[in-house]
Amino acid sequence: MTKGELISWFRIYEMFKFQSFHMYGVIGSAVGLGTVLMLLFRKGIIKNVQGDKIIVPAKEFEWKRSLFGGLIFGLGWALTGACPGPMFVLIGNGVLSIIVVIIGALIGTFLYGKLKNVLPH
Amino acid sequence: MMEIISQPWQWYVAGPSIVVVMFLLYFFGKRFGVSSNLETLCTIGGAGKYSDYFKKDWKESLWNILFLLGAVIGGFIASNYLSSNVPIDLNTKTISDLSVLGIENAGASIVPPELFGWQALSSLKGISLLLIGGLCIGFGSRWAGGCTSGHAIVGLSNFQIPSLIAVVGFFIGGIIMTWVLFPLIF
Repeated sequence: MTKGELISWFRIYEMFKFQSFHMYGVIGSAVGLGTVLMLLFRKGIIKNVQGDKIIVPAKEFEWKRSLFGGLIFGLGWALTGACPGPMFVLIGNGVLSIIVVIIGALIGTFLYGKLKNVLPH
Repeated sequence: MMEIISQPWQWYVAGPSIVVVMFLLYFFGKRFGVSSNLETLCTIGGAGKYSDYFKKDWKESLWNILFLLGAVIGGFIASNYLSSNVPIDLNTKTISDLSVLGIENAGASIVPPELFGWQALSSLKGISLLLIGGLCIGFGSRWAGGCTSGHAIVGLSNFQIPSLIAVVGFFIGGIIMTWVLFPLIF
């Protein structure tokens, strides 16, 4: 992620401004190759280390949570230029102020746990 | 060889590398999803006392916390030993747009000092922005049931409609922030 500049705030800004192909190329090629991998899992051509079929669980269809949750996630992603993986890679890069973002993310996760029952899903 | 590794990776190297990580996780009987770690960290911190949502056996998810630790170590190695410190090759339009917002020297560092530097961190506005941004990420990813890894990469690869809706949501949120809110914030 460091090498692909995926942890750069600037790359995320550029992506949301539609001014570069870089991030779309990264996500697009990952999804393209990922589709082939998932197909090989589903057909049982690639099995896991124990020789069992690999099952990737389906996501439950609840459009409200996907859309509203996704929108809030997007606001945070664009503001901090980081999603959950890169946050931790950034610590390794010496960007220690990202710890404030991680604390925020933990508070956000906790709030969701508290409010889960009153939110639309 | 080292010279090739030290250069920034093109998208066609970075994207497939993510799929290699994904393959390894599933091959060893795990799954690829980073944001659920935030939930596990809350559970470890004792959040189960306040909400049943966190009453889970965190030991089952310990491997995923190790994934985070690996991410920190990987970031350290990549930045200290495998980098050439060349500025990020951003679109010149991006650089001038950011300059209008008051963010100078775009691409010279990984993150803008205007947002992540010590000076920003010691102001109420600066620290609030980082906290609120993080809060949105944590809250949003749990509500949506996944983040970039679980929804955008695994979900889309697996033809999941909820993931497609979530990714559309990510972009609506990101566009509102970048195009509408940034000029008001900065």
